[in-house]
Amino acid sequence: MKITRQAFLALLAAAARAFPRPRRMAMAIDLAKCWKDRGCTRCSQACHAAHNVPQIPDRRREIKWIWKDRFENAFGEESASPAVAGAPVPLLCNHCEHPACVKVCPTGATFKRASDGLVMMDEHRCIGCRYCMAACPYGSRSFNWSDPRPFLRTIDPAYPTRTKGVVEKCTFCAERLARGGQPACVEVCPPKAMVFGDAADPSSAVAQLLQTRHAFRRKPELGAGPNVFYLL
Amino acid sequence: MTVLAKAMLGGRAYRWWLTALAAAIVTGVLLWLRQWHQGLAVTGMSRDVAWGLYIGQFTFFVGVAASAVTVVLPYYLHAWRAFARVVILGELLAIASIVVSLLFVLVDMGRPDRLLNVLLHPSPSSLMFWDMLALAGYLALNVIVARAALAAEIDGAPPATWTRGLVLLSIPWAVSIHTVTAFLYAGLAGRPFWLTAAMAPRFLASAFAAGPALLILLCGAFRYDIGEEALCKLRLVMTYAMTANVFLALMEVFTAFYSGIPGHAAPYSSWTWLSGGFAAAALALALGRSRYAPAAVFASLAIDKGVVLIPAGFIPSPSGAVTPYIPTAVELGIVLAIWSVGALLVTILFRVAIAARELDAGASPQCLAS
Ligand code: SF4
Ligand code: SF4
Repeated sequence: MKITRQAFLALLAAAARAFPRPRRMAMAIDLAKCWKDRGCTRCSQACHAAHNVPQIPDRRREIKWIWKDRFENAFGEESASPAVAGAPVPLLCNHCEHPACVKVCPTGATFKRASDGLVMMDEHRCIGCRYCMAACPYGSRSFNWSDPRPFLRTIDPAYPTRTKGVVEKCTFCAERLARGGQPACVEVCPPKAMVFGDAADPSSAVAQLLQTRHAFRRKPELGAGPNVFYLL
Repeated sequence: MTVLAKAMLGGRAYRWWLTALAAAIVTGVLLWLRQWHQGLAVTGMSRDVAWGLYIGQFTFFVGVAASAVTVVLPYYLHAWRAFARVVILGELLAIASIVVSLLFVLVDMGRPDRLLNVLLHPSPSSLMFWDMLALAGYLALNVIVARAALAAEIDGAPPATWTRGLVLLSIPWAVSIHTVTAFLYAGLAGRPFWLTAAMAPRFLASAFAAGPALLILLCGAFRYDIGEEALCKLRLVMTYAMTANVFLALMEVFTAFYSGIPGHAAPYSSWTWLSGGFAAAALALALGRSRYAPAAVFASLAIDKGVVLIPAGFIPSPSGAVTPYIPTAVELGIVLAIWSVGALLVTILFRVAIAARELDAGASPQCLAS
């Protein structure tokens, strides 16, 4: 079969339209900016309010989507020089390139979205086996050990609540992205320490930052390919 | 079939035994309903230690199930006639153990009502998918084989020839169930305590020690004479397998501590050392041919694999936290109930098998008179 050059190019263009270049959503967190106010908890407050994340007093059973931990706990004892030891680092799901949680999930309740790389949760399919919690190398996942609703002071009707017995985590605010918005934490951060966007698009702000600044990730040796980057 | 009916009847001690098991099971069901109602918050598990006793016990009993191969393989592949009286017990023990291990998975689930999602949305990238397939297949194989063997025995006929192929298939299948179970843990990049190529070999070694140990104990409990030679050989298998298990455990200790990688040494808490000490003591008893060796081997492995291995994998947490895990009374009650289901199954299945055997041998079923 012969095909003219023109037809071939038209075919290519059609294919490009049919299969748009997948985006790779990523976040860069500028720690120097974040540390302007080390006691700030605006990001987790905004996130947890927007997603009906309960405040559970028993710390062992807590549910958290984004929180802060000490630098040495986030990056390992040996990477914490005295200058940064003890400094709080925002932690959240890394929406890994090769997410262990997706690999192990026996039901597909956690999955990686092909169009933009978000690692998503279907809480209606989750059987609560917690295999994903055993697999995630970053402790990004929380389990509803009991019914979360009694621990919600206010319920935002715009976002579903969860039942007991399922796992949940940060979704990079898929619901806000769908409306063309930014993640809640990014939007609320007073010093604008977080930058979010498509890392596969060289002109995006996040791609530019990753080009020009020293960026590092948690546990790079595991090969999970986290899409949350830290800048210093 | 009246023999089978008789096998179900028994003396006073037997009736008390059944009553105790039934009480434990009913209590467990009530506790499980409470867990269902209040959520897994009634257990000692936490965000940091996401699996505990339930998954530990699941792992241990998959091993006991796989260990049927220690009697099936010598008997069918090497024609060790000494195992003629015990091979059916090994297969029946495998059936009971698979049921027990599946129950442990069920009670660990946050949403057991969605169990079928595993089948409705099969996910071949998950080892749990393969583990469920392997366990279901192994259960089916053993049910078919054991049923055919029992039926033949009751009719006084040799087992049907078509069962031989299934028996042979059950040998690699047994190895596969415990290998896949080890892979559940050994493939997780973020859990250094489990991330070891020695996990599957060690699982097999400890299973092939715990299984024969339990068989010896059960034959004693049922006052079922399998013959001096069979007993000797079972003890031999148990001792060699336990030696291999302790050897492999020492290899793990060497790698963790000589390499000096902090995350690899951290899971070695006092519990890990304590259960390792138990295992070493049990091995010493086995090597010294103590009559307590089977009990010690079984108990030490039930602790090492069934209690310590799983929570230890969660230490430290991904951000370096050490969160203690202490099972609650509810959890212990549910574990006890599932053990009781296993004990009930073994009681019934073994009595039937032994009654059929005595009938076959033309002897009076003495052991049933208790
Ligand atoms: S950080 Fe954990 S939960 Fe998030 S994608 Fe990676 S493995 Fe999954
Ligand atoms: S707990 Fe839910 S999301 Fe996690 S592995 Fe199990 S089914 Fe998948």
